[in-house]
Amino acid sequence: MRTRTLAVMSTLLFVGLAILGATRGKTETTEDESVYAELGKAPEKYRSKANPLAKDSDASAAGRVLFEEHCEDCHGQNATGGRKAPSLRAKEVQEAPPGALFWILTNGVVRKKMPVWSKLPEPERWQLVSFIKSLGPLEPAEKKSESKR
Amino acid sequence: MKVMRYPQFSRSFLMAFLMLAGASLVRSQENPYIVAYDHNLEEPGNLEVEYFSTFGTQRGGPDFHAFWSEFEYGATAWWTTELYLAGQTTFGESTLYTGFRWENRVRPLKNEHWINPVLYVEFEDTNGADKILKEVEGHDVESDYLTPNAIARQERNCEMELKLILSSNYKGWNFTENTLAVKNLSNEPWEFGYALGASRPLALKGAAHKCNFCPQHFIAGVEMYGGLGDRYSFGLPDTSHYLAPGLAWNLPSGWTFRIEPTFGLNGNSHQFLLRWGASYEIAGLGQKVGDLFKGKHE
Repeated sequence: MRTRTLAVMSTLLFVGLAILGATRGKTETTEDESVYAELGKAPEKYRSKANPLAKDSDASAAGRVLFEEHCEDCHGQNATGGRKAPSLRAKEVQEAPPGALFWILTNGVVRKKMPVWSKLPEPERWQLVSFIKSLGPLEPAEKKSESKR
Repeated sequence: MKVMRYPQFSRSFLMAFLMLAGASLVRSQENPYIVAYDHNLEEPGNLEVEYFSTFGTQRGGPDFHAFWSEFEYGATAWWTTELYLAGQTTFGESTLYTGFRWENRVRPLKNEHWINPVLYVEFEDTNGADKILKEVEGHDVESDYLTPNAIARQERNCEMELKLILSSNYKGWNFTENTLAVKNLSNEPWEFGYALGASRPLALKGAAHKCNFCPQHFIAGVEMYGGLGDRYSFGLPDTSHYLAPGLAWNLPSGWTFRIEPTFGLNGNSHQFLLRWGASYEIAGLGQKVGDLFKGKHE
């Protein structure tokens, strides 16, 4: 009987904590510029790294596939940001050195809900950087249509 | 007390189902390990539902099929919590539920390092018939599994398990070392064990088109695990050890399949175990649950 109670209590605690985890924390919006400050924390060693796949014609297309598989759910369909993660079309991201984006992918921003993507091999992370860079900043017309959505 | 009637229950079930159906799927990048852990945690808000099976040979007794489900949830980017429900069938005897485990993995460091530590804490409430061999510890040996289900199920094991997971990613490879310490809460000594693993995707670059059979979706690896005795008799005597090559297939649809033939390395080990599993990753579930509670929509 005691064990059963313990089991029920533990299960309830598990569910409670999971819900707490799901509901706590502020939703970051694309307007919140502080979320981009992390890019500035990339060490110089990474910032100065060139994308080794810069001349690979398939890198951006492969990056798009990876983006759809791993990133789109949070960053939105056109990388314009979602309820959970900021826009990757913001000038802070588009003007950041490729190495800084690679560093963010590798380390995540775990205190701000961005997972660590070091489980993707390095070439896949560079393919993602190629794709993000290929998107360019949001044009004013795109911004308008995004804000209507 | 208000009793939930059948139509109400159906409506709740339907709502939960629609919520799940509305959540999107993402491709996970799971290593083939079934016993060892690496430092990669579940993405925040994602739920991974997993089913695993172990077919085990047993000298001196009937073979068995042990199975368990895992519900793995990314509470934050640095904390993953997981519930296991386990059971087993011993051929010619019976099928029974053997208990539950609740584990938590926490990443103490903010950034990626050469070696990445993860702290693991698990509470386990199982009976003596548990045969999933999710960890091998202390002086666990094959003959422990000979006790008939009817007797073994009467023994209760409430255990606290601690692990230090040290894992590294290098040039597409993952290397992981797990050290474990287990304390049965009924005044038994600390028991120890280990698990080691290495794995690598068959290709390191992604393909420029969507595909199910591209080599980057397959991760091959090997793990080795075993017991290290207990507080009073630490070391290798009277312990069992296993070597298990494995393969994981991560599909873009969110499914992952794993298979792992496992070989006993000494006379105390089961000679052969065949493990396999299927898991399904549901993205954004936390957000949807949050919306249900907040009643907020975009």
